Amino acid sequence: MERKGADILWDTLVHAGVEVVFGYPGGAILPAYDALLDSPIRHVLARHEQGAAHMADGYARASGRLGVAIATSGPGATNLVTGIANAMLDSSPVLFITGQVPSWMLGRDAFQEVDMTGITLPITKHNYLVSEASELGHVLEEAIYVACSGRPGPVLVDITKDAMQQSASFAPGTKPVRLPGYRPDLRALPEEFDRAVSMIDEAKRPVVLAGRGVLQSGASDDLLAFLEKTQVPAALTLLGLGCIPASHPLNLGMMGMHGEAWVNLAIQEADLIVALGMRFDDRVTGNLAAYARGARKIHVEIDPSEINKNVQIDVGIVGDIRETLQRLMSRVTAKRRDTWLARIDDMKGDSAVRDIQSLPDNGRLLAAHVISDLWNATQGKALVITDVGQHQMWVAQYYHQETPHRFITSGGLGTMGFGVPAAIGAKIARPDEEVWAVVGDGGFQMTAAELTTCTQEGLKINIALINNGCLGMVRQWQEFFYSKRYAATKLVNPDFVKLAEAHGLAAWRVEQRADVRAAVERARLEPGSVLIDFRVEQEDSVYPMVPAGAGLEDMIRRPSPIVETSQSDW
Amino acid sequence: MLTEVTGQKALARLQVLAVYVEDLPGVLTRVASLFRRRLFNIASLTVGHTDQPGVSRMTIVMEGDDADALRCEANLYRLVNVLRVENVTHLPAVIRDLALVKVRCPVSARREVLEVCDVFRARVVDMSLDAVIIESTGTEDKIEGLLDLLRPFGIIEMVRTGSVAITRGVDALSVDPQFVHATVPEAVDSSDGGQGGTNVL
Ligand SMILES: Cc1ncc(C[n+]2csc(CCOP(=O)(O)OP(=O)(O)O)c2C)c(N)n1
Ligand SMILES: [Mg+2]
Repeated sequence: MERKGADILWDTLVHAGVEVVFGYPGGAILPAYDALLDSPIRHVLARHEQGAAHMADGYARASGRLGVAIATSGPGATNLVTGIANAMLDSSPVLFITGQVPSWMLGRDAFQEVDMTGITLPITKHNYLVSEASELGHVLEEAIYVACSGRPGPVLVDITKDAMQQSASFAPGTKPVRLPGYRPDLRALPEEFDRAVSMIDEAKRPVVLAGRGVLQSGASDDLLAFLEKTQVPAALTLLGLGCIPASHPLNLGMMGMHGEAWVNLAIQEADLIVALGMRFDDRVTGNLAAYARGARKIHVEIDPSEINKNVQIDVGIVGDIRETLQRLMSRVTAKRRDTWLARIDDMKGDSAVRDIQSLPDNGRLLAAHVISDLWNATQGKALVITDVGQHQMWVAQYYHQETPHRFITSGGLGTMGFGVPAAIGAKIARPDEEVWAVVGDGGFQMTAAELTTCTQEGLKINIALINNGCLGMVRQWQEFFYSKRYAATKLVNPDFVKLAEAHGLAAWRVEQRADVRAAVERARLEPGSVLIDFRVEQEDSVYPMVPAGAGLEDMIRRPSPIVETSQSDW
Repeated sequence: MLTEVTGQKALARLQVLAVYVEDLPGVLTRVASLFRRRLFNIASLTVGHTDQPGVSRMTIVMEGDDADALRCEANLYRLVNVLRVENVTHLPAVIRDLALVKVRCPVSARREVLEVCDVFRARVVDMSLDAVIIESTGTEDKIEGLLDLLRPFGIIEMVRTGSVAITRGVDALSVDPQFVHATVPEAVDSSDGGQGGTNVL
């Protein structure tokens, strides 16, 4: 049966299991919006296309399924760009659909024409320009397959207006996707496993580095079993948090720029590194020349181009993490590694004393205290989404993740403004969960308009606004590396309580630590979305910190005993 | 410089990659963009049809060592439209450039110019009263040598193709990617169209 391209679009998405799309209409995409009314798909109207992109990304991360965002041509499409790059750098499976001017106007600088496939070429896993209704369904199926298979990632389909208006016949799911050059299921040869097994058996001081790939392949249980059998401790990347319980004795914690001291020291002293589904980002390695010099390195990755990209690898295993761990598991020798584990324990030294949580309450509210109290009040069970900045690192440090898939954050791109829209997407993906967005006062303002989206959609999310009156993370760099010359980091903020109320949320302010828990409890009882404006200490810093480009052992530690920070510098 | 038949394992300053791609609009841009953003330097890139409909073959000469070539190969495979990549730098291969050179050539100089062509097995493909067009195929080395001798006559205009390469013997290029020990399953085929994809929960 002949259907309009626009109907084929929605039919194909429905057939692929898509239930919700996030978007914003406009001229070139109007045929699709018109047909949407006749489709069972739910549409969430964002207030800016960037918001729609982050919502789809948040939805994808929370559900483990495809997220879909849709926008019109020109400015609608370019507004998606940050969100596309964000999905690319964190390997999030998101389908981006953009309207395009009619095919006969292409290449003539028509009204609202931009070369979207050109613009997004380096920030998508793949992209398509479709100008024929007859191609549309098949391209969409291909796009969805590419987005979700292998190492997931964003795929953009740019559709000309006439392709949506023409008719064609297409039956979703009948023609197999044939991509002769696409190899999402490359597998390592057996000899690589042999070498890996003997390296693991021989190692005296091994460390596993676990990243988002562990979560994406659903390998949490397999990893835990592997660690317990081999008694190898694991360090986690920011995006790997939650892949094994924070409280597990073999979980060292987060590595890298704001990782705990002993985690980074253990990596530097290791004689073997087993990297699983992580990509040796500069934020986790520091100075590459000084990185884990004494360690042989095994790298398990679904994407072969990650192997030997930043770090010289001894054994590279291409493949799915879960499958690989299962194969290794049956072959590695069960061992005790008491000396090594005791050595790492020693490295903890006075870390506990320096920890911000050990500080006496001096009347000032510290962001880390807010997050720790939030963790306590929610028993660590909320689905937590962060924005980008100091608060993000404190969430990583103090909202301990006991179970997988409860922590969503922008890692690779570090996109301010991600938090609130991603939380909206996450809530839609998992409506029964308690959702907390922890955001900074800076990043929050980049996508604050999405508060109204919460209201329009009748969503209940909770927003913990960590209001330090500044672009905290940048201020910290200025304090450490630019002689406290605070250029453009102090914020004059709106009244966030009024702002949230104007968008239909319940909101109030908290200034004392004693009030944090009660505020969290009250937020949980509120039927609708809530924003709490936590007025926290301005001049606090995230410790430890490995300065960009320094070796992992060269970290700046929290002064001990704590030096009072003064507000007079402001 | 590339030698006609390379076979030694030394670090090469230039790497020669044979790349099969789907013959679709935009594929050249994807490949070129990859080289640019990953900071690989292209010395030359040629592309043309193969005997298989829908498949084009590129010969890419890049600057870099063996490790760079491996990284480049792995990155090329990330492009969905790239079918197969083979580094032929260290394989016995025939590598050729084509040059068309228009040389100033009054009647008085003709004999000498033709002699040079003879020695280099270059062909004169067009002749006018005061100029000739010379066609030469060969390694870059050979063409450079020819140009050195033609320059004194005056090169009016010149065009070169960049290298094309093909391995010797009956073996076609191997199917398994060499950049990392891995096997390729028979055919990557999905009839479920993704179905909402990998469910990680
Ligand atoms: C879109 C964007 N612009 C700029 C930056 C650089 N940046 C990183 S953290 C940060 C400060 C964030 O301030 P805020 O949102 O208040 O969070 P805080 O660090 O104070 O917790 C900035 C400006 C960024 N990551 N993203
Ligand atoms: Mg701030």
